[in-house]
Amino acid sequence: MGGLQKKKYESGSATNYISRNKARKKLCLSLADFRRLCILKGVYPHEPKHKKKVNKGSTAQRTFYLLKDIRFLLHEPIVGKFREYKIFVRKLRKAYGKAEWGGVERLRDNKPAYKLDHIVKERYPTFIDALRDVDDALSMCFLFSTFARTGKCHVQTIQLCRRLSVEWMNYIVTSRSLKKVFLSIKGIYYQAEVLGQTITWLVPYQFAHDHPTDVDYRVMATFTEFYTTLLGFVNFRLYQTLNLLYPPKLDVKGETELKAEFEEDYAMDSESYLEKLSALSASLARVVSSAEEEEAEMDYFPVEGEDMEKMEARVKAQHEQDKQKKLFEGLKFFLNREVPRESLAFILRCFGAQVSWDKSLCIGSTYDAEDETITHHIVDRPNMDKQYMNRYYIQPQWVFDSVNAKMLLPVEDYFLGVTLPPHLSPFVEEKEGDYVPPEKLKLLALQRGERPVEEDEEDDEEEEEEEDDDEEEEEDDDEEAEEEAKLKEMEEKKSQGKALPVKVTPGKVKSENRHRLEQEEKAEEKRLAIMMMKKRDKYLYDKIMFGKKRHVRETNKMVAKRKALDEASKADRKKKKQKKQ
Amino acid sequence: MERRADCSWWSGGKREGRRAPGKRTGPVKCPRERETKAVSREGKKGERPAKQTSYRKATETDRIGEKSIKRKGTQGFVCIFRRTVQDKMTGSDVRLSDEQVDLVHRLQHGKFGDINFNEYEPAIDFFSNEVMIHPVTNRPEDKRSFIPSLIEKEKVGKLVHAIKMGWIKPRRPKDSAPLYYDLWAKEDPNSILGRHKMHVPAPKIRLPGHEESYNPPPEYLLTEEERLAWEQQDPEERKLSLLPQKFPSLRAVPAFTRFIHERFERCLDLYLCPRQRKMRVNVNPEDLIPKLPKPKDLHPCTAGHSSLVRSISVAPGGQWLVSGSDDGTVRFWEVATARCLKTVEVGGAVKSVAWSPNPAVCLVAISHGNTVVLMNPGLGDRLILSATDQLISSYEEPTEVKDQPVEWSLAEGTEHQQGQRLILTHPRAVKQVTWHGKGDYLACVMPDVSSNVQVVIHQVSKRRTQNPFRKNKGMVQCVSFHPIRPYFFVATQRHVRVYNLIKQELTKKLMTNCKWVSSMAIHPGGDNVICGSYDCRVLTNSSTDPEHHKKALRGVAYHRQYPLFASGSDDGSVIVCHGMVYNDLLQNPLIVPVKVLKGHTITHDLGVLDVAFHPTQPWVFSSGADGTVRLFT
Repeated sequence: MGGLQKKKYESGSATNYISRNKARKKLCLSLADFRRLCILKGVYPHEPKHKKKVNKGSTAQRTFYLLKDIRFLLHEPIVGKFREYKIFVRKLRKAYGKAEWGGVERLRDNKPAYKLDHIVKERYPTFIDALRDVDDALSMCFLFSTFARTGKCHVQTIQLCRRLSVEWMNYIVTSRSLKKVFLSIKGIYYQAEVLGQTITWLVPYQFAHDHPTDVDYRVMATFTEFYTTLLGFVNFRLYQTLNLLYPPKLDVKGETELKAEFEEDYAMDSESYLEKLSALSASLARVVSSAEEEEAEMDYFPVEGEDMEKMEARVKAQHEQDKQKKLFEGLKFFLNREVPRESLAFILRCFGAQVSWDKSLCIGSTYDAEDETITHHIVDRPNMDKQYMNRYYIQPQWVFDSVNAKMLLPVEDYFLGVTLPPHLSPFVEEKEGDYVPPEKLKLLALQRGERPVEEDEEDDEEEEEEEDDDEEEEEDDDEEAEEEAKLKEMEEKKSQGKALPVKVTPGKVKSENRHRLEQEEKAEEKRLAIMMMKKRDKYLYDKIMFGKKRHVRETNKMVAKRKALDEASKADRKKKKQKKQ
Repeated sequence: MERRADCSWWSGGKREGRRAPGKRTGPVKCPRERETKAVSREGKKGERPAKQTSYRKATETDRIGEKSIKRKGTQGFVCIFRRTVQDKMTGSDVRLSDEQVDLVHRLQHGKFGDINFNEYEPAIDFFSNEVMIHPVTNRPEDKRSFIPSLIEKEKVGKLVHAIKMGWIKPRRPKDSAPLYYDLWAKEDPNSILGRHKMHVPAPKIRLPGHEESYNPPPEYLLTEEERLAWEQQDPEERKLSLLPQKFPSLRAVPAFTRFIHERFERCLDLYLCPRQRKMRVNVNPEDLIPKLPKPKDLHPCTAGHSSLVRSISVAPGGQWLVSGSDDGTVRFWEVATARCLKTVEVGGAVKSVAWSPNPAVCLVAISHGNTVVLMNPGLGDRLILSATDQLISSYEEPTEVKDQPVEWSLAEGTEHQQGQRLILTHPRAVKQVTWHGKGDYLACVMPDVSSNVQVVIHQVSKRRTQNPFRKNKGMVQCVSFHPIRPYFFVATQRHVRVYNLIKQELTKKLMTNCKWVSSMAIHPGGDNVICGSYDCRVLTNSSTDPEHHKKALRGVAYHRQYPLFASGSDDGSVIVCHGMVYNDLLQNPLIVPVKVLKGHTITHDLGVLDVAFHPTQPWVFSSGADGTVRLFT
């Protein structure tokens, strides 16, 4: 007893949070400026644990920021710049109104600008932190670099984004760190492993954008402002790690190679240089010019406590990685003009292939279609008029599938005019109980080195498949038959028991039933135990079980769907065959 | 007024014309316009009254006017009336002369008023291209136009000084391209603040599955129904954010229309979405199931009545079982053989039966309607039977007869032959009878909220009846004696009250936490109570069990020796639980369900009505609405 009475909401979580409006007032900023500040500084609302307590008893919907965060924003130099900018706009308007053109020019020249370097450093104190967060920056930059100059954003921003994305791609090519690619409906997903960090980004297909009206481009522009700064610094650092010059320069060999006779068609040297870089067909200049890349042999430092198996596994993984890096090494590709040049050139170069394209398509082609040494010609049209004997004409999906499979897939499935096999996502890792599409199983078998199916004649294949299926079905039938037999036996036994109650049943029956009885017993025990669960546990348990059941249901549904589809297609094929005969 | 205005225009026009003969139209045109407007306005004003009194005015006009009408036709009307104009200053009519009318006409036609004015005179430049010999003015130049300005000199001097001092620098062209450098050249560990540790990183964007592929396996494509269902769902509810599609080749893939939208939504999520760190519990569901001791196997066997069996009771020796049914009979069974030894017809539906727990006597209390019958079933040891009869007959009428709420009478005739010994007639229907552990006292429950006699306690040896409570709170559901101590438990709908019978006071009130208590049983140790309630719960005195039963509970029972209790419910099941009671009262009893026994069929929505334990064996008897008594061993 005694002491001062504690008042409600004067300590604890109520004082740790601040609503957005209050925060805005505390910072003396307009909502737009507050938004910009939050985006640049990476301040986001927090969901309090007890919302009602924080909201002082009210249940109204509010977004809360941590008070610490807002205090942290208070002494941000950029806030001052925002205010300066506001004043600048006012002055400019006045000068315009008074038609003082000299004043306008002077004001324009002294337009307040801010730098975001310190914010990048502050948000990401180490380089790895920055690298971890570079996913969104990349996706955004790649999107902005595809924008046309329509006034949705500054032209400089678009150019900068293009430059940064080209730099990034060049880095990935040089470091050969691309791991997975995926052609989705949305665009092309790339996944790379840079300094141990998995980075995924999405690039839209090369089309003009239909700019939506319900999107606030100012928000996107603010994000892009920050992301370009971040990506620039990340690129710089990454180039440094590879001893590359930044801003990137083509090396001497590449430069001489690319001095094509068509260069004068391009207007400006500065422009064509970026184009040449974005062509990705030449390697970059290094600070320390090394004649050839010396392959760093991995040194082994046997750590105490680490057993040999682990180390072996690591070595094996490393070996596999190296192998994947050189997947297309020695192959010579030619891209036909209808395939997406940039993405394919990027991927192929990432795995060590030589790529070229038609001279009129883009700058930087190194050889033309008549070259005899070309091994693969990537075409995305039903047929070609003039075909060379010594090269494969394949569809672009082959490149993507091969990269994901980490091996050169058989080219037969990807020839011109052939119905392509399904393109699977490399990002799905099936756990036990998940649905695995049969194509994935086939791929896994291929990776393991099994070649169960002879690929010479399609008919054979089909027949074999059919046989396989039949066998499977037979197996299924067998199982079913066995079960049925069991059931019948049991029924018989039961009926016998009923009809002849006096008869002493042989001991054999009991022994067979024992197993089942045990199971039943166990099931009942489990049921009883479930009954005894606490309410909280029961809730959780029910939820988990519900989720599991749903999962199983979905998997079964997929299996059934696939089976039905396969059967339908098989029937179709048979019909066709019969017609032929 | 008008005339004056006319004059001013007139003179002005002349002056203008004379002064600037070169500028032909500009200054001259303006007054003319003004004049024409004024005239026309005047004309309109003048016209209206003229029309109204056209005839009168026509007669007023002179002959010239008439002539002019003839000459000029309709247009001449204006002129006629114009001839005579009223001068507002003097009020007299002024007749315009011919020149004046001409002037008016000229003006009306947009010509100059002056006939002699030539509008097309040749223009003469003021500044000609011919250089004149003489200056326009002959004033000598000022001195200041020859010497430099002091003020300007001072200003220039200041600028020069500022430039010399390096205060003013030439404007450098701004380099808009951002400059990048090695930002993380010096990574100091001190820059990692608490903020960074508290930072909740936004989850990365979900990676695409097979269904997002441009050429997915066929099973990932939606069927027609699935697609319709997908389209009808709200965009937030959809499991797939996009419709899977299949394209035969890469060149057929169109642009994704929602690309910018999705990017924008991601941006919104990044800066607007409240973040919270959540611990994801990765629980193996098997771990949640509590580990229970193995239950013993029990096997059921059956017996029968023609209507629902309300109540059962087991003899203290465990050899006999009595069951009372709605068909008006009481049946006595031998437990070992499950044979019905005796059937006694009592007057009405039997509500409750209770075997006296005193092993030295053989008495069964049976309640039907308003009466409670004490019966000697005549089963078992003859000595005990005779002792029982002796106990009944040894009663001596007390000298002073007290007024009792219950009428005691001896059974005679056929009833006596059936075994009935004493008949107690109560004022209202008796729902439950229960014996004290010694077998002398018998408590009866007559639930009625309005009455203050809900519970009566009979003493058999003295044939005396007491009403222990002056007033009962709420409707009494059931009562029970403490097995050892002089306590009396009264269960009303929501509470269990514990009374001390010697001190005659309320010792405890147990809140049952349920809506309606149906039955109650006391642990033979006397420290624990279980209650069954109509809201499907079994309650022990320390905790509420989870809902094992799906329907209302009808009966609960404790085993006398084993740590078991059973509960029977309307769902037709009996659940036997292992309830370990500890001597340390602070420790909650351990309750483990051992067995769910299902055998009773549900009739009239009623399942098991009563359960009882065998006094020595771990056997459960249950009576059901299907007219059977079942023994689960």
